[in-house]
Amino acid sequence: MFGLSTKDTTLLLFVAALTLLAPFLLNPFPENSAMAQFNAGYPDLMQRFVIFGTFAIGFNILFGLTGYLSFGHAAFLGVGSYGAIWMMKLLTLNVIPAIIMGVIFAGLFALLVGYISLRRSGIYFSILTLAFAQMSYALAYSVLTPITGGETGLQLKATDTPLLSNLAPGEIGRANLFGVDMRSSYELVIGDWLFTFNAGYYIAAVCMLIGFYISIRIFRSPFGMMLRAVKSNQQRMNYTGLNSKPYTLAAFVISGMYAGLAGGLMVAMDTQVGPERMFWTASGEVVLMAILGGVGTLIGPVLGAGMIKYMENILSKINDAILHQWFAFMPDGIENLLVAIFHPFIGKGWHLTLGMLFMLIVIFLPGGLVEGGQRIGRIFRRRDRKADSVESDAAKQRKPAE
Amino acid sequence: MEAIILQILNGLDKGSAYALIALGLTLIFGTLGVVNFAHGALFMIGAFCAVTLQRILSLSYEVVDDTRTDFLGNPLKVDVPYVNGWFGPEMGQTIIEWSVPLAILFAIPVMMFVGYAMERGLIKHFYKRPHADQILVTFGLAIVLQEVIKAFYGANPIPTPAPPAFTGSFDFGALIGFDPNQIIYPYWRLIYFTFAAFVITAVFAFLQFTTFGMVVRAGMADRETVGLLGIDIDKRFTMMFAIAAVVAGLAGVMYTPINSPNYHMGMDFLVLSFVVVVVGGMGSLPGAVLAGFVLGILESFASMAEVIDIIPGINQIIIYLVAIIILLTRPRGLMGRRGVMED
Amino acid sequence: MSKSNFTRRGVLKTSVLAGGALAVPTIFDGSVWADGHTGFTNAPEGGTVTLGFNVPQSGPYADEGADELRAYELAVEHLNGGGDGGMLNTFTSKTLDGTGINGKKVEYVTGDTQTKSDAARASARSMIEKDGAIMITGGSSSGVAVAVQALCQEAGVIFMAGLTHSNDTTGKDRKANGFRHFFNSYMSGAALAPVLAANYGTDRKAYHLTADYNWGYTTEEAVRSSTEAMGWETVNAVKTPLTQTDFSSYIAPVLQSGADTLILNHYGGNMVNSLTNAVQFGLRDKQVNGKDFQIVVPLYSRLMAKGAGANVKGIFGSTNWHWSLTDEGSKAFVKSFGTKYGFPPSQAAHTCYVQTLLYADAVNRAGSFNPCAVVEALEGYEFDGLGNGPTLYRADDHQCFKDVLVVKGKENPTSEFDLLEIVEITPRAQVEYAPDHPQMGGAAATLGTCNPGA
Repeated sequence: MFGLSTKDTTLLLFVAALTLLAPFLLNPFPENSAMAQFNAGYPDLMQRFVIFGTFAIGFNILFGLTGYLSFGHAAFLGVGSYGAIWMMKLLTLNVIPAIIMGVIFAGLFALLVGYISLRRSGIYFSILTLAFAQMSYALAYSVLTPITGGETGLQLKATDTPLLSNLAPGEIGRANLFGVDMRSSYELVIGDWLFTFNAGYYIAAVCMLIGFYISIRIFRSPFGMMLRAVKSNQQRMNYTGLNSKPYTLAAFVISGMYAGLAGGLMVAMDTQVGPERMFWTASGEVVLMAILGGVGTLIGPVLGAGMIKYMENILSKINDAILHQWFAFMPDGIENLLVAIFHPFIGKGWHLTLGMLFMLIVIFLPGGLVEGGQRIGRIFRRRDRKADSVESDAAKQRKPAE
Repeated sequence: MEAIILQILNGLDKGSAYALIALGLTLIFGTLGVVNFAHGALFMIGAFCAVTLQRILSLSYEVVDDTRTDFLGNPLKVDVPYVNGWFGPEMGQTIIEWSVPLAILFAIPVMMFVGYAMERGLIKHFYKRPHADQILVTFGLAIVLQEVIKAFYGANPIPTPAPPAFTGSFDFGALIGFDPNQIIYPYWRLIYFTFAAFVITAVFAFLQFTTFGMVVRAGMADRETVGLLGIDIDKRFTMMFAIAAVVAGLAGVMYTPINSPNYHMGMDFLVLSFVVVVVGGMGSLPGAVLAGFVLGILESFASMAEVIDIIPGINQIIIYLVAIIILLTRPRGLMGRRGVMED
Repeated sequence: MSKSNFTRRGVLKTSVLAGGALAVPTIFDGSVWADGHTGFTNAPEGGTVTLGFNVPQSGPYADEGADELRAYELAVEHLNGGGDGGMLNTFTSKTLDGTGINGKKVEYVTGDTQTKSDAARASARSMIEKDGAIMITGGSSSGVAVAVQALCQEAGVIFMAGLTHSNDTTGKDRKANGFRHFFNSYMSGAALAPVLAANYGTDRKAYHLTADYNWGYTTEEAVRSSTEAMGWETVNAVKTPLTQTDFSSYIAPVLQSGADTLILNHYGGNMVNSLTNAVQFGLRDKQVNGKDFQIVVPLYSRLMAKGAGANVKGIFGSTNWHWSLTDEGSKAFVKSFGTKYGFPPSQAAHTCYVQTLLYADAVNRAGSFNPCAVVEALEGYEFDGLGNGPTLYRADDHQCFKDVLVVKGKENPTSEFDLLEIVEITPRAQVEYAPDHPQMGGAAATLGTCNPGA
């Protein structure tokens, strides 16, 4: 289907099902239970999952296929965001032109940065991309304040009057898709459960699925093979008379455009841009997402992105009061002891948990989360095989009995 | 003229900080081939060795002073350090004031242990793993280390002043014949520069003139052959890691009077130190030192008001701009070796 | 066993418990945040109301954030009738009687802004969308305050700013749903200038080092214009990167310029480092133009003063509030905070505590949680007893006008908290300005209309 092999189609359909059913899957706990704290099915976080998923998918096209480690990818995300919000401020509040503008801006910037940085390879390439990103961040924060809003960033204001939108005077515009507000939601209450279906989330999810599909096609195409050849041995490739640079540059720009798409989507979902989106830690975060999930695998980066964003948003909101609530059924002494044990890892300690998780995963699952999934899968499959053999044994036994 | 001499002095001293951190990093990164994102954390732990020693020396008992009250109106409890009791108030105070220089002695064994434990416990399992895995595991370690420090010492910077003998500045300009107050230079920065020069020389001498150093240099060039010669290169590399940790840690200790240490100072320096190492060229110790000083001096020049007036924002980007120019004109940085981390 | 402040979405509590209905879809037009039944976002139902405390828990301002959180917990305790009541007893409005807000028990959720606008907005949105928070408060930087304020305006909830000092928050970026109790750059300049003139004379040459971002710009502008108005000359103003840690190359040329006063428009780690470096360069031992060289730090914070250690001694600055104030409100607050936590509160803690009380009181007076009703109740509201003397929440820009403290680093501190001493309490009249002041965004700045979200 869609020009994909059966296996890839299955993967695509699987990811599509996961994203479309996310409002159910991410809200497994009833609203009034203590576990509701772990529910992630609210619009903001769901949007962040797919947006950072898109970002990581794009990053993986560069890093996973060519092995070129860009340490400045957040710059493209930021440039895309600035492009998108200016589109909304000046032209229209419809998100489509904004997103397209984000992709174009990021693509052009990636072309410039890639053209220069790809003259070097390995760590030298990484530092060049890092340098460009850090310069973008520093300038956006300070001297470019008239364009970027500086520290406070850019938001839609009552004074913005986009050309194609009929806003009442003093009305603050809202991002929409042909009149559908990005924040409008449909809420489904089933018993104690609440599921939120948010318009913005589904638009972002569709973008991610398209991005995922394109990424599969790239991975399986001759172009993708060429990129893999760059990774395994660029020298040998050059000896055969092939110039690898156009291929790597194309991969770099495509991956920059994914970042721009993510940036545009971020603005579309939440009309705000700040320069810290381009800081090196943001670039580092997408590197970590890809490695955590599994470099070079199709679905890994999406999983990595989901994991990091989940920790950041859910863990940081657990406080001592909530711990006391969880352990309230225990005797006071044990309750306080348990709270004291968990205290360093929640709330302000979410970084600590994240750091430990990074270490544990890379130590015990060298291939990232995807390898973890495969191992679990293997366990089940082994069981299946046993089940098979049991069944076939039974079948064998049955025959003589006839 | 005065302005230029002044900025060269400032640059030397910024440069010595960069060079010290980059030196340790390049020992690990350029020679063992491990991308160590926890190197900034080692620098930070060094700085907190000074803080810890200061805390230990100022361990106190409480004396209730009935003549004064605290913020709630209760009698004021005054903390009296034990050292004051043992050595008398004046001597005790002097000991506390000298905690930063004393911390050098304290930091060397601590950092050696930290480096040893890190290499044996974690890094050694990652020599053969892809760089990506090294990044993730060392980044995770860096986060864990800084969060632990934050849990103990909070997020605020902690003042760790230099001993009174070294506070204040001297008039360097007057010494070489300029008008007074034109070129002033703090004593502590002079000490920092001298210290850095000493440590750098010591590391070079160690690698150049000892058998140990020779083996390590041979191992850097061709690890397998050295292994085949029956030399236990692994053990040497562990030592190398510990030395790198000590260099980073001492850079941190000596830096505390310049900037009050806080838990994220390592992350602030991390990116910069990678830039310095790469601009210097992978696998080259002199390159790292040279790049440290070049970037430090150029950064100082870029922060002059006259320069900012001509190119606004240049002080924000100078280091990265210079890095790009150098890497584009010299493919392997200033003094890089062919084939190190190029693929 | 313990009681808790755990909270969940108010909407469900009633709809599920009362109806127990299966699969009742509700479609909200326009906004997910709107609760169609009551006309405004996250209208509390049942016996509780949820507030969102959005403070920096990681990053450089984590300690300040921790202190804010302590203040919020104390405020919630007092609102719910626990503890000794703190400033509830000294507040001129008497609607707060320990029965929560509008008769509903106060619960809260917490989040981490990381002092990044993206993270702060994510955290605030989670509070609004997931936890049903009716009001968001907190923060320790102006970038975050402006970003979250804009979000709350869109979402239709009230934003009570925490520590934010830039003019922009209630200047060019003011919003109808946002309120600021903290003072601002303009007030710092206006309060400091006369004190500086009295102590250092009116013919000084000042050299500014300014953090290169919005807050730095507004502070430099404010201090510059008010010091120049009394006769000082500005020799130079140099911008320093936010990420700078070693300021030596900025500080060394100060003496060459012939300046005799250094003004550090820095906050947080920048201020600690630049001040430490300046003292290290021996600037304060120098004589220039026949005068002792002086350093000024426009915005002081006790937590930052602690980071700079002995270097702050004798250095002037301004602050919103200090625990050594002796009015009844401050004393009551210091007592209950100090008794609970063992040390005196910071100015960030004070402003956050006061903001929570002011919000609660406004709801009580309005008799409704509807943001527009709250806005109406707070606009032009005059009150006293909360530590800063008679205070006005001005209707034009939602900025509090009150006395401003000019402080000086203490020479002989008695404890690690006793770092600043109050030099002067600048009366409110002296720091007032027109709502359309050019530093506040001029005539173009507008609050817009309040947004209840529905």
